[in-house]
Amino acid sequence: MLSIWKKIPEQIKRLSFLVILIVAGYLLISPLFIPPDFGKYGHFRASAVEEIASQQMNYVGHEICANCHEDVSVIKSKGYHKNVACEVCHGPAFLHAEDPGSATLEAPRGRSYCTLCHEYLPSRPTGFPQIVAISHNPMKPCITCHDPHKPEPPVTPKECSACHATIARTLSISYHIYLPCTRCHETPEKHKINPREFTPSKPSTREFCGGCHSIDAKSDKGIPRIDLATHGHRYVCWQCHYPHLPEAK
Amino acid sequence: MRNNESSEKQNRRKFIQHFLFACASFIIPGIIGAQELVRKVGTWVLKNGYVPSEHHWGMGIDISKCIGCGRCVDACKKENNVPKEPFFFRTWVEQYRFLENDGVVVDSPNGGINSFKAETSEKNIIRSFFVPKLCNQCDNPPCVQVCPVGATFKTADGVILVDKEYCLGCRYCIQACPYGARFLHPETRIAEKCTFCYHRIIEGLDPACVEVCPTQARIFGDLTHKASPLVRFKRMNNLSVLKPSLNTEPKVYYANLDGEVR
Ligand code: HEC
Ligand code: HEC
Ligand code: HEC
Ligand code: HEC
Ligand code: HEC
Ligand code: HEC
Ligand code: HEC
Ligand code: HEC
Repeated sequence: MLSIWKKIPEQIKRLSFLVILIVAGYLLISPLFIPPDFGKYGHFRASAVEEIASQQMNYVGHEICANCHEDVSVIKSKGYHKNVACEVCHGPAFLHAEDPGSATLEAPRGRSYCTLCHEYLPSRPTGFPQIVAISHNPMKPCITCHDPHKPEPPVTPKECSACHATIARTLSISYHIYLPCTRCHETPEKHKINPREFTPSKPSTREFCGGCHSIDAKSDKGIPRIDLATHGHRYVCWQCHYPHLPEAK
Repeated sequence: MRNNESSEKQNRRKFIQHFLFACASFIIPGIIGAQELVRKVGTWVLKNGYVPSEHHWGMGIDISKCIGCGRCVDACKKENNVPKEPFFFRTWVEQYRFLENDGVVVDSPNGGINSFKAETSEKNIIRSFFVPKLCNQCDNPPCVQVCPVGATFKTADGVILVDKEYCLGCRYCIQACPYGARFLHPETRIAEKCTFCYHRIIEGLDPACVEVCPTQARIFGDLTHKASPLVRFKRMNNLSVLKPSLNTEPKVYYANLDGEVR
């Protein structure tokens, strides 16, 4: 044993002394810096989860409002805004639900709040009701005509553009500008009130477009003609021509 | 000669034996330790009786339902006291516009918190939609891998959290996140991010962004419970995740997502 010790070069001995010192120092000191519950449930401080879990809540959720505002909740549950949570418009209400007397809520009575959702944007999905605020009954707050909790249009919108604004705008700059939507889509009147339940029809055959565009069709003289038998092979017309912006290029 | 060979064989056998023993002495305590940890995690109960190991949270986002109203961005900031200034977001909404000439325009003014403005030059847009984004709560999170001190971690229910007391603010995780979902809080100097509103979900509530979404474009749920809106969402839609090639295994699932979105 001693002979091995003698064989070890001097510098290695010193170095190993240093290494032992560092390791021992680490073992002694590191517990002081690593919290006791570190590693209990994984490579993290277990109590951090408790701390995060006890963060103060600001939104209480839509269910609790009904306890004290039953009237509004019942009205809202039947209208178009049934899926729009109360706190979307009235702001976070945790404190209000705890103590309604001292923590009061605001109501967004101006026009600018409704337009966050309802202003016309081409990126919005088709079917979502949109308006152009500067031309839709300007100057008056929206809530003079629409109950925010049950927002029905005072009269059923006549125009399809109310909910299909992007398509309507596209169509209005196309060759088909003079074709009313209902020429191609048979639309039940109820579609404008309950759109997903009563869906309009869509053209399904080549002959439909052929009714105006075929060489032998009895339609207006100015309409460009194609030979239904050969034009466009077996495909339906709208596989090549977008019907709301038909182009022959 | 023969003798020599057999003793050599014995030596080799001994060596292999010892080697395997040495390996086992490293591995077996590891296995036992891991089993012990799994057992302990199984008994882990948070203050209100919530057992993390019984849940596995995820979110579904339906692109075709998002109207870009930005209420989620607003609610997230209010719920979690995220700084009001732009650039600090736990969730935000991007607008994608595809042009006729194959160009793509992506923007997100102030994270979409005040919704978007209608553009006048919309003529050559052929398709356009909104994409809400947030921390993807990866099952294989790069941010956790790079954290030098264990201040960001995955809990037993799959949510990635940040330890406010323990975070050094070194920004490794911000660099590592492929989704840009993290930021350094300007005052506390902590690398923050979405927690799926951990303080809400353990109480059985939805995250704030899901609570305020008016069109149910955001769906939240437990992947281990079969009767949950999220499971239907996964059953009925063509799903994709962001940057699947990175193998981060996100738990935020997108329906009707365009391949151009990353
Ligand atoms: C504990 C019962 C209680 C709960 C729960 C409660 N409220 Fe109230 N709320 C009241 C009372 C009482 C008032 C009237 C306070 C006053 O007039 O000073 C009020 C007033 C309001 C107002 C202001 C009305 C006004 O005239 O301007 C709004 C808005 C409101 N509540 C919304 C909500 C919403 C949204 C929720 C659910 C998140 C909710 N409240 C939950 C009791 C409650
Ligand atoms: C689309 C936005 C919106 C939503 C969603 C909404 N509110 Fe309101 N709320 C308003 C506005 C705007 C007013 C002010 C109406 C007025 O001044 O005529 C108001 C007024 C109120 C008032 C006071 C006046 C009244 O009608 O009694 C209460 C209480 C109230 N809301 C509760 C609720 C509750 C509860 C819910 C959820 C069930 C809810 N609100 C959802 C926008 C909303
Ligand atoms: C957070 C988004 C949001 C806000 C804010 C909001 N709405 Fe709505 N609104 C909706 C949704 C969602 C619908 C239902 C659309 C559907 O059924 O497809 C809707 C439907 C409507 C409709 C029915 C249109 C129709 O004929 O289908 C009207 C009118 C309306 N809202 C008016 C308002 C008014 C007025 C305000 C402001 C007080 C307002 N909205 C604020 C989301 C919002
Ligand atoms: C003077 C009354 C009045 C005011 C003010 C008003 N609206 Fe309307 N709104 C109507 C009428 C009438 C309709 C249905 C007929 C139509 O399409 O114009 C309607 C329809 C709607 C629709 C359904 C889509 C559509 O175009 O038909 C939405 C959404 C809507 N309004 C939102 C709003 C918003 C948001 C505001 C405030 C910025 C507002 N309205 C202000 C009277 C009003
Ligand atoms: C109150 C809003 C509203 C109005 C007004 C409205 N629509 Fe719709 N429309 C919708 C919604 C919502 C959908 C469903 C969109 C979806 O499924 O994504 C839809 C779908 C459609 C579809 C597609 C149906 C399918 O099977 O894919 C057509 C076609 C259509 N509408 C035509 C019209 C026409 C034509 C008009 C005018 C006469 C009109 N719509 C007026 C809301 C409306
Ligand atoms: C020339 C006939 C024609 C006219 C006019 C027309 N459409 Fe269409 N529309 C079609 C055809 C064909 C399709 C099916 C397109 C497809 O599947 O590629 C369609 C599809 C749709 C769809 C569902 C698919 C989509 O693009 O989102 C909606 C919604 C729609 N039309 C609404 C309208 C509205 C609103 C108008 C009036 C502003 C209108 N259409 C006018 C022929 C027409
Ligand atoms: C009611 C009759 C009618 C129907 C039905 C109709 N169109 Fe048209 N179409 C027209 C008219 C009118 C024009 C414009 C002619 C002009 O002013 O040059 C036109 C123009 C066109 C053009 C443009 C040709 C050019 O010169 O660039 C195309 C393409 C077209 N239609 C395709 C279709 C398709 C596809 C359908 C079926 C979905 C269809 N049309 C249904 C009446 C119709
Ligand atoms: C395979 C793609 C394809 C299909 C399917 C198709 N078209 Fe075309 N269409 C074209 C092309 C390309 C042109 C322009 C070159 C030409 O005139 O042949 C055109 C031109 C037209 C024109 C303009 C002709 C002129 O003289 O200006 C009309 C009208 C038209 N198509 C209507 C239709 C109708 C109606 C259908 C359905 C029966 C249809 N198209 C199906 C590709 C197609």
